[in-house]
Amino acid sequence: MRSGEIMTDDPVTSVVLAGIGGQGIVTASNILSDALRRHGYDVKKSEIHGMSQRGGSVCSDVRFGRRVMSPMVPVGTADYLVVMEPTQVGPNRHVLRQDGVLITPDTAAYAIESNSDEPDPKAEKLLNVALLGVLSAYLDVPGACWMAALRGNLSERLHDMNIKAFIRARTVETMARLVTDASKPNRR
Amino acid sequence: MVLMRVIRDQPIPFVNSISVYEKRSHTMEQMLLTGNEAIALAARDGGVRLGTGYPGTPSTEILENFDRFGGQAQWAPNEKVALEVGLGSAYGNARTLVTMKHVGLNVAADPFFSAAYTGVIGALVIAVADDPGMHSSQNEQDSRRYAEAAGVPMLEPSDSQEAYDYTLKAIEISERWNTPVMIRLTTRICHSKSLVTPLRDPLNTRPAAFQRDIPGLVMIPAYARIAHQRLRERLNEIAAWNEKEGPFVEVEGDADTGIVTSGVSFMHACEAAPKARVLKVGMTYPIPFRRIRKFADGVKRCVVVEEGDPWLVTALKAEGVPVTGKQERYRFGELTVDRVRRILNNDTSPEPKPEPGRPPRLCPDCPHRVAFAALSKANCIVTGDIGCYTLGVLPPFEAMDTCACMGASIGVGLGLRHVLPREEARRVVSVIGDSTFVHSGITGLAEMAYNPPPTGHVVLILDNDITAMTGMQEHPGTGRRLDREETPSKLNYEALALSLGIQDVHVCDPVDDPEDFERMLNDALANERLTLIVARKPCPLLTRKTAASEASCEAAKS
Ligand SMILES: Cc1ncc(C[n+]2csc(CCOP(=O)(O)OP(=O)(O)O)c2C)c(N)n1
Repeated sequence: MRSGEIMTDDPVTSVVLAGIGGQGIVTASNILSDALRRHGYDVKKSEIHGMSQRGGSVCSDVRFGRRVMSPMVPVGTADYLVVMEPTQVGPNRHVLRQDGVLITPDTAAYAIESNSDEPDPKAEKLLNVALLGVLSAYLDVPGACWMAALRGNLSERLHDMNIKAFIRARTVETMARLVTDASKPNRR
Repeated sequence: MVLMRVIRDQPIPFVNSISVYEKRSHTMEQMLLTGNEAIALAARDGGVRLGTGYPGTPSTEILENFDRFGGQAQWAPNEKVALEVGLGSAYGNARTLVTMKHVGLNVAADPFFSAAYTGVIGALVIAVADDPGMHSSQNEQDSRRYAEAAGVPMLEPSDSQEAYDYTLKAIEISERWNTPVMIRLTTRICHSKSLVTPLRDPLNTRPAAFQRDIPGLVMIPAYARIAHQRLRERLNEIAAWNEKEGPFVEVEGDADTGIVTSGVSFMHACEAAPKARVLKVGMTYPIPFRRIRKFADGVKRCVVVEEGDPWLVTALKAEGVPVTGKQERYRFGELTVDRVRRILNNDTSPEPKPEPGRPPRLCPDCPHRVAFAALSKANCIVTGDIGCYTLGVLPPFEAMDTCACMGASIGVGLGLRHVLPREEARRVVSVIGDSTFVHSGITGLAEMAYNPPPTGHVVLILDNDITAMTGMQEHPGTGRRLDREETPSKLNYEALALSLGIQDVHVCDPVDDPEDFERMLNDALANERLTLIVARKPCPLLTRKTAASEASCEAAKS
């Protein structure tokens, strides 16, 4: 009996968040991994700090499942790639698996549009959280975990506008997915 | 011997014989921590009295978090001083943590070797962070060699939980055998987050006290000879302990392939070869040869999967343990799941080229820009140094001709000035940042005054009032301590230079008056005297950060 086996076919989901220094990639991946932890997943997150403060590219790997081993996402295996800055799509595309989901301000334009009376989610300071809202529509993590993670990782004065941007993006993307799924009869 | 089984769906068990780990609360909420945070938390929970070090990616956040968790954390002017302060603290029976990046251990190598001879009374844990792949370093040296060279026991954690556990383990080993202990980290351990269950209750501490032990702590040759014998005996004892009770993890699997590994490579290996049998060594020095031999004898083929130099595999082969290593090309850069798969399959096909990211550059409003514009215009030979300002090597300036290690700018500039023909020699300028100057430029300035080149020399301190490159750390020249408390006095570069005998000392604000700066530089080059120019302008990132924190303080008050 091989009770000690670590199975790689234990499903691990991999997310890569990419952009450039100052866009809040690290904050976004902190929120994401915290939400996943709160839902009870094993989580690992890995990124390179350091030169990012000087406007260099930043990329953060988040992996979760029942049991995660390597903290780094192997090339061509990411299930989700979230890119905050258009020039960074090219350099990061290779991490995505063939039918992986790419989320960028362009692909999710409808979900991050602004309502006139609310702060614009496309604004630099909110884009990271708005795109997380879009991503959240694909992941099995309850809203309460997301809210706790947002509150736990952002300073209090930012809570209101970030939570609004998050909820709006999450809701619109969830609705949009219902529509696309319904139009594809072969999908469950 | 402890054999450990890794069961699906359960965290990797930590193998140990020392009781403190049983106190771990299983009901406690797990925390998601970086390796650096985990070490800081363990230092707090382990009763570390003093944490000291010098900033350097990826090690910097250990001390910053130790401060955040309520520990006494302080930046030293450089790693050598940090280790000496740590050594004194540990001579005084206190638990002590010293942190640095890999190249910092080169600077601290002198006290490191002697600390192994004298040993310690309390605990001395030295966290050294390597940077395979050179994400933000000038080399990818493998610091494991230092542990062996100096005779300092070494632990290598594989994730944040182990970073936490091994820090506590290091304290215990240090106190039990009166030896300094090194924790060898890599970028992926320092900066990756994973789940950590901390201790429920902190460890008991002992009061600090000094007990005179002249032969033990004074390394004159007569006493050092005995100390060396004692060191080897101690290492033998620790080796025996490591064989039996050391922190191993063994993953069961087929006998076809066995993998011996350590650090983050363990994680990659488990994923790359889910059917293989794996032995992860937690304490890699002294190397547990017998334990590894037994494992290797039990499998058809045994491969050593290690990041960096072929250090472990070479030692194992020398002992006649039947293992194979990796191809030379995997010595360069980090390992990944893909690369480990290639190592195991002996894949010789070319590896895919990594996609180039956007390189870092000087901020648009960086005061260093003014200096490099002038140096470039004056066609200087610039002996540079390490910091944000090293980015002056990139276009549009391309105004740096050498950069070797921290502090080298001054010595290298002087060397060139001594030997070059006059017309070339007088174009040489040494450019150094404020933190780097305090770290290891001061002795260069003493050399300049002591052995002045025939054409004099020009040293330019780019003083942005902070250690910017590594993320805004204080140093003796900023007048603030690690916790941002103001110090009663601060290092005055101008007064220091004058006291050393430097004839011309100038200060200017390069942003306020770029032309003045340029004139000052050109005059200094023409004068052929010993000149120090301090270009003083706080880093705009620092100014903004200070403004933001003052604003939030105001907001909190109102
Ligand atoms: C021996 C050693 N320790 C630490 C480092 C990490 N490090 C790189 S640059 C630097 C200091 C940069 O500060 P400063 O000289 O003030 O220049 P700035 O980045 O502020 O322009 C440090 C600590 C290193 N490269 N070598």
